Amino acid sequence: MSNDIFVLIEHRDGVVAETSFELIGKAKELAGESGGAAVAVILGDGAATLTGKLGAADRAIVIDGPGVAQFTPTGYTAALKPVLGEHEPLLMLFPNSAVGMDVAAGLSQAADLPLAAYAVDLKLADGQPVVTSQVYGGKINAEMKFTKGRGIVTVIAGSFPADAGQQDGSPEIQSVSTDASDSRVRFKKLIAPEAGDVDITKESVLVSVGRGVEEEDNIELAQELADALGGAVSASRPVVDAGWLPKTRQVGKSGLKVKPKLYLAVGISGAPEHLEGMRDAELIIAVNSDENAPIFSVAHYGVVGDLFDLLPSLTEKIQERVG
Amino acid sequence: MGMEPNTKKIDGYVERDNVVIDGMDISGHWNRMLEPRWLQDYSTDAMDWVTSLKGAESLSWCYQCAKCVPVCPVEHVGSYGPRKLVRKVQLGNNLMEDPDLWLCTSCAACLRVCPKAVDMIQIMPALREQAVLEGKIPDELADAFSSMEQHGNPLGQPARKRVAWTKGLDVDVPILSKIQKPVDVLWYVSDYTSYHPRGHDAARAMARVLTTLGIDFAILGQEEKCDGDSPRAAGERGLFEMLAEQNIETFEKYEFDKLVVMDPHAYNAFKNHYPKMGGEYNVLHYTQLLVDYIDKMEFKGSVDATVTYHDPCYLGRHNGEYDAPRKLLEAIPGVKLTEMPHYKATGFCCGGGGGGMWLDGLAADHQSERLSERRVREAVGTGADVLSVACPYEPSRFEDAVKSTGNAGSLDVLDIIELIDRAMHPDAEA
Amino acid sequence: MKILVVMKQVPDLADELEISDDGNSLDPDAVTWVLNEFDDHALEEALQLKDALGGSVAALALGSEAVDKALFTALAKGADEAKKVGEFEGGVSSHVAAEAFAAAIGGMEYDLILTGVQAIDDLDGQVGPLLATKLEIPHVSVVTHVEVSGDAKSVTVHQEYAGGVLAEFEVDLPAVLGIQAARATPRYAPVSRVRQLQKEASLETIDGAPSGTSGLEVERLFVPETGGHAEMIEGDEDEAAEKIVNILEERGLLPK
Repeated sequence: MSNDIFVLIEHRDGVVAETSFELIGKAKELAGESGGAAVAVILGDGAATLTGKLGAADRAIVIDGPGVAQFTPTGYTAALKPVLGEHEPLLMLFPNSAVGMDVAAGLSQAADLPLAAYAVDLKLADGQPVVTSQVYGGKINAEMKFTKGRGIVTVIAGSFPADAGQQDGSPEIQSVSTDASDSRVRFKKLIAPEAGDVDITKESVLVSVGRGVEEEDNIELAQELADALGGAVSASRPVVDAGWLPKTRQVGKSGLKVKPKLYLAVGISGAPEHLEGMRDAELIIAVNSDENAPIFSVAHYGVVGDLFDLLPSLTEKIQERVG
Repeated sequence: MGMEPNTKKIDGYVERDNVVIDGMDISGHWNRMLEPRWLQDYSTDAMDWVTSLKGAESLSWCYQCAKCVPVCPVEHVGSYGPRKLVRKVQLGNNLMEDPDLWLCTSCAACLRVCPKAVDMIQIMPALREQAVLEGKIPDELADAFSSMEQHGNPLGQPARKRVAWTKGLDVDVPILSKIQKPVDVLWYVSDYTSYHPRGHDAARAMARVLTTLGIDFAILGQEEKCDGDSPRAAGERGLFEMLAEQNIETFEKYEFDKLVVMDPHAYNAFKNHYPKMGGEYNVLHYTQLLVDYIDKMEFKGSVDATVTYHDPCYLGRHNGEYDAPRKLLEAIPGVKLTEMPHYKATGFCCGGGGGGMWLDGLAADHQSERLSERRVREAVGTGADVLSVACPYEPSRFEDAVKSTGNAGSLDVLDIIELIDRAMHPDAEA
Repeated sequence: MKILVVMKQVPDLADELEISDDGNSLDPDAVTWVLNEFDDHALEEALQLKDALGGSVAALALGSEAVDKALFTALAKGADEAKKVGEFEGGVSSHVAAEAFAAAIGGMEYDLILTGVQAIDDLDGQVGPLLATKLEIPHVSVVTHVEVSGDAKSVTVHQEYAGGVLAEFEVDLPAVLGIQAARATPRYAPVSRVRQLQKEASLETIDGAPSGTSGLEVERLFVPETGGHAEMIEGDEDEAAEKIVNILEERGLLPK
């Protein structure tokens, strides 16, 4: 048993995910208190070349083997189980991404370790981890402890600052070879999104639509406003899931992260998964018929009103003002 | 006028099995004018199936006289009419997959003129119910059903917001679950009045008028659910029954003399369909209640406008009330009443009934313009300043149509209660 | 192809959720239970697969007061069977749910298990991977695409990452997939049909006592303070639009 804080490093196509740095930064802070080490755990092809980015960690465990060359949920679980069994860290942190969710839950069951999910904050109280998780669509937070005093945590992206974990240089490396594998799940390939018409991450003005537009035809109102402002239309997940806009327009956890000068959130309630993708925009103006919509907590300006009247009115006035 | 000179009076013209006139053989069964003529080339399976459905028996009585066609509002903007549907069924078409199944607004204009009483008001729900059971429902309508089922209203709004319109109102709106005492009038507010911004205007006007007239009233508040009449007409019988059961259970908890509604669809449900479900009430449309209070109304202001009145299908043709709304309008100082060409029993449907409120997308694919747009043109044609209405479906439908027909600024759409309120309380803030 | 759909009820977010007096659970009186939205997608995906390939769909849900309707609804949508698993009060942790489902499913024959990728009350992780690991079958979560192989022995799935990137996996059956979105929006279950079934059909319950634990202790539940709030713009839509244009002009955000 140790007081180490382990972090699973997520990487794809030679790039370390920003969440990994957020977690290393936090692990360092907690390890300082617990008297243990912040340990980055990285698996797969190319892992060895990425250790140069993990300088903020105290140690890195680099796991290599045919069964983990590419990410598969069950392959990673099989490889991580003995590592956790051997080291018994105080905490193992995973990002709350697809990878993190899949592996953390599988590992929780396989290694018989409790799992606290959707964490937005972590601290130690008398050496015991205390996890604050955001649940019920962001309406309620839960503060939890592990009955056995140690466990696994999945952390929502953006909960901790990434720069606290960003440092070039390599930590002390421990290489582990494993023949753990699960051939029942086979990685085939990565599919990049179709190079769309529009790259919303490069637009300085986005008019973003959510469920509140009600019908595909109404997106036209947003397009007209976007045209008047010289911007583009983006959307939250329900609009893309409904097939009204392509995936390349999706803002949020499973979409794109955007930082435009102006983000107009129209008919978007502001679920945490969406906020993840746009909260850093310079000016956020939200329009929603529900005064309690969570979007208003991140927006700079808000209007409680009918978007079907507001959008055309706004478009007209902008056109008049611009002349 | 007399007979045209080139017709001949035929002596003793009697229906006979064998008749030849001027060389033309018009032999046939003696009462062939009074029965459908069977077309032996076609199977009657499709018609047999339809007429086996409870409520749809009268479809086969149609003898294609086409009196229904020019009065059908959907025919004015497309190609429709009961006659067309009958023909389709005769020819074996499967209406279950046909958009025509959903274009009827159940306005009853056809039933009014049909010599055979082919009752589309019962036939369409019966046919649609079969489509609904098979899950063949247009998506936009399914969304509305889904919302009615989950939230008790078709607008996807939570139940707790049903009383949002009472906030900041200058008069008190008692809620039965809070006051727990018998009242004279249980005012059933209904979905669009409760949740739509223009509905709020009518609700607030009504609250002020009822209060000034000293009427003892209360509302159900959050316990109120959609009356279910439109899903019933659209074939979701189960949803109607579920909503009716819930509402009747709620009504049972309270004591009241009159059940007053602002919505003719609710009027129709409570008056004509809830009794079978075990709920019998003394139901009044608000115009029927207030018409008896005209003498007590003190008008401090006036509404100086030419006003035309749109007869709601479910208050007018379905339930015979044409006069109370007009008496109220005429009582308002400054109002000059003018009628549209389609008025009273010939009133022209706005397109919202029978599920039409949530089928505008489908309708747009099959109609040259929306019924509400056609009706607004008619209103504008009278030179009226105001199109007055008495159904909460109307303000949003007609205001939308006023804009889309390019008449913004020329025609105001106002519920009768709003006009009464303006004249009674000219200084009211909201 | 025999598909199992594993479902659970969650508190309806349209309500104001209230924390009970003990401070670490939800007030059960203020909760309306609804089917987990993602489980609805899992059911839809299962029905779509059945529509395309034949076979059968069985819906399983943790037994509780409000769950009957969800199961009749699944039948109304086209599921062939609907069963209750055990009897549970209100919400249970994902670990307990996975244990109960695993015990019930252990004796069944199936090719594929679909469940929602997550639920709003998954404090201790998602049921899909927990269940799969317990059953010792493979799992992939956050799945947006499911294609069954010609010999029905494996499926090709897409796992969705940020930025619209997808990973394609081939997974041997039987397996558990955590569905993010079905290939079509969940179909409407006509109330008429649900009521017909409620009168005609009955639901089977598979016995199962709650066992297992999440290993977590909830110290307290609390409503998060929203760090700051938007400046609300007053007025009707026209007035608000005017004010917004002014703000944009001040900030140099109007096109030149």
